[in-house]
Amino acid sequence: MPWRNSSKPKLVGVVGVGSFGAAIANMLAEKNPVMVYARKEETVSEINNSHTAAGRDLNPGIVATSSPEELCKACEILFFMIPSAGFMEVVKNFAPHLHPYHLIIHGTKGLSLNLPGGESLETVKSLRRSQILTMSEVILQETVAVRVGCLAGPNIAKELSLGHPAATVIASKYNEVILEGQRLLRSEKFQVYGNSDIVGVELSGVLKNIIAIAAGALAGLGLGENAKGLLISRGMVEMVHLSKALGGSVQSVIGLAGVGDLVTTCNSVDSRNFTVGYRLAKGETLDQILETMEEVAEGINTVRIIDAFLKTAGIRAPITESLHRVLFEGSSIEEALQFLMKFPFSVDIDFV
Amino acid sequence: MEEQYIKHRYEPIIPSKEEWPVVKLARERKEFVKKVAELAESRILSLTGNNPDILKEELETTLYREKLRIKQNPWAVDPDDEREFWSEVKAALLQVTTESHASKAKKMEAYQEILGKITSRYAEEIASNFKASHYKFTRSVVTYGFSRLLNAARVKGFKSIFSNQYTLQDKIQITGQTDQIRDLATKGTIVMVPTHFSNLDSILIGWIISVLGMPPFIYGAGLNLFNISIFAYFMNALGAYKVDRRKKNLMYLETLKTYSKEAIQFGCHSLFFPGGTRSRSGMIESKLKLGLLSTAIEAQRANFQNGINDVSGKIFIVPVTINYHFVLEAPGLIQDYLSITGQERYYKENDEFSTSYKISKFLVKFFTKGSDISVSVGRAMDVMGNFVDADGNSLDKRGRIIDTRDYFLSEGKVTVDPQREEEYTHMLGKRIVEEFHKINRVFSSHLVAFVGFELIKAKNPKLDLFDLIRLPEEDIVIPYEEFKNACQMVLDQIFELKKKGLIDTAPHIERSMDEIIHHGLDNVGMYHAKRPLIRDKEGNIVTEDISLLYFYHNRLHGYALEKLF
Repeated sequence: MPWRNSSKPKLVGVVGVGSFGAAIANMLAEKNPVMVYARKEETVSEINNSHTAAGRDLNPGIVATSSPEELCKACEILFFMIPSAGFMEVVKNFAPHLHPYHLIIHGTKGLSLNLPGGESLETVKSLRRSQILTMSEVILQETVAVRVGCLAGPNIAKELSLGHPAATVIASKYNEVILEGQRLLRSEKFQVYGNSDIVGVELSGVLKNIIAIAAGALAGLGLGENAKGLLISRGMVEMVHLSKALGGSVQSVIGLAGVGDLVTTCNSVDSRNFTVGYRLAKGETLDQILETMEEVAEGINTVRIIDAFLKTAGIRAPITESLHRVLFEGSSIEEALQFLMKFPFSVDIDFV
Repeated sequence: MEEQYIKHRYEPIIPSKEEWPVVKLARERKEFVKKVAELAESRILSLTGNNPDILKEELETTLYREKLRIKQNPWAVDPDDEREFWSEVKAALLQVTTESHASKAKKMEAYQEILGKITSRYAEEIASNFKASHYKFTRSVVTYGFSRLLNAARVKGFKSIFSNQYTLQDKIQITGQTDQIRDLATKGTIVMVPTHFSNLDSILIGWIISVLGMPPFIYGAGLNLFNISIFAYFMNALGAYKVDRRKKNLMYLETLKTYSKEAIQFGCHSLFFPGGTRSRSGMIESKLKLGLLSTAIEAQRANFQNGINDVSGKIFIVPVTINYHFVLEAPGLIQDYLSITGQERYYKENDEFSTSYKISKFLVKFFTKGSDISVSVGRAMDVMGNFVDADGNSLDKRGRIIDTRDYFLSEGKVTVDPQREEEYTHMLGKRIVEEFHKINRVFSSHLVAFVGFELIKAKNPKLDLFDLIRLPEEDIVIPYEEFKNACQMVLDQIFELKKKGLIDTAPHIERSMDEIIHHGLDNVGMYHAKRPLIRDKEGNIVTEDISLLYFYHNRLHGYALEKLF
């Protein structure tokens, strides 16, 4: 009976219950019933029985499932909150159950690759823009869902769960997606802005992770606040140029999802990307750092992808290039710093 | 291994003319026009937010532009009472503004009445004057005339004018998903979207539609064509409605879109040239005019809103590419393109020989020499660009059946969201361009023109396009062997692309490379006074007109083939 269906509010779906996924699920659960998806059966029963996910408290109203089909049937709007490395696979698992009426908003700040069969980043000779996918492009490529949006901004999960005031950007080509995201997430403590440049907002979130690693490295070297100010400002310029080369607009980079998130991450000792840089500066190697990290630092993969793109496109991005040398080519942090200080930046701002 | 083309004439899918949607529409013309006018009126009212001030402003803008148009750019086809009509509008507007004591509602009512008059006039002007008897006559004139000429040309001797040895279908090859389009035309409504290179296209497509046994499609033809009464007769006979490019005001555009949308909903198969105008550069359209395309999406949504969820309410988008060795208007088109993109960098050298031929001369030449045309019909898609199966169901990339209605749902109901539909129109436009590239058929002439121009470019790496086209033609000589090797290299890559389904080729391109080049050089822009590419006495490749060479080269633009050089 349709009238009964319409009186019962639809569930909101959240895919992935990492730190950010759990925080968003809790915020959504304040206003609407929420169903989360977790791949492991243990996690599902942990959520359903003790209302925690890997020790993080979840709203008792949240139900969990390990079936993509069940989640897609129960929900019309889905939040994908999973790391970029597994994003493609999860989306492919969901694809057979998604319909054009589904609205999807993701909160993943990473990139994926679309390479011909058998190729990987190591073997491929050149990397063109068409082979780099933002997460919304993954969704559009793999599923029939078209009304897609992303969530980006300075949203440290820990602070969100404490209920500190914060804001985010929901970007989508579709006004209805932005409005729906605002309706579901907006609260006294949480402001939600809209932006129609989805690729620009996604890229802002992705590229700021590179600068965050560099910020961690500066902190690890104990270089102080002048150096940080210098890095943030040059980092922003680099983000603008890279974002433009990849199809984003300048405006999005200087908004909340760009500069806003950049400043937060560059000051946050809790940020995984910042930690990578910090420990590098303290003399650890990348392998040592990765061994002991629980969740992935997106910035590492981003540096690799962007560096390959730079070489193909023939453009320069000194911070990304020097990080690539430190992370993957055995350069030292000091050498990288020297390179940057010698790099001929001549104009302060050349994009407005 | 010559491929089999469709050479028989198909049985009509709807034998009785009375049942043709376009005939039904013609019968109900009066009511239909009235309905279009009313719907356009309410669309404009909602666009202006039912605000009398904004509506007044729009009315004034329209009045101003129309008066300007009448004064500066009058056409023979314009009705005699135009001046009078707009003077009345002016008087009516003045009267409302001077009645300062009138209430807001009263004013609104008065403005609305003026608006109604304007949309009624526009709707009447746009509507087609289709007559089935004229259609039949026109079709036989075209077919008969063309075939006679053809036989006169191919079979030697005077008597051959009465021979039936060759038919038009030997000359114009139809390939692709012809059965699907015929089949779907009986189930739902077709919107055909062809590439547009030449003025011949609309006549050609009209003829193809009739060969395929489908009832006539309606399409928007430039009002300028109706200036010539003989053209007006043919256009009306083919079911054309009129598009006046001079009128860019909101009221006209909304009325036009409403007409197109309502006609699709009525079940009339339609034809849009989505590039809007002939391709000036010779490239396959990459940016489409989305105005009329959006009406297909709107009509589909409206059908769902009205509860027509089965295939009878479904709209199918069918991309079509038309491939020529030769485009009659090429010299004029490419000059337009170069002067628009180059601005001060491009100046036309006065050269009487590069102007186009007269149409009559062209037709004779066309039939007396062997320049073939091929028309490829692409796979049908729904309005979201998903392919459809034999029953008209939409399929996702993995072949799962999906419901097009779902794209228009929010919270389980079909909703009207203009911003959403605008994005959908962009997506559809992109999909059509993608399909154009896939079904585009490479001819030998496209290959040689592409290679010729790219070699010249590679030899002058420091020059940009506008320097290149000013190179003295007599200085450009490409040794034959070099040219041949480059052709082979490009052709290999084309076959790679073909394997992936990203391009199509004509059968003549599977001969030996020498034959392909010979065929290509013979055909590329064959009727131009100055040929884009020929072999000189020493056997080297030379050009007589590098702008034209650029035009024909552009046909293979968009496949990243230039990276080979």
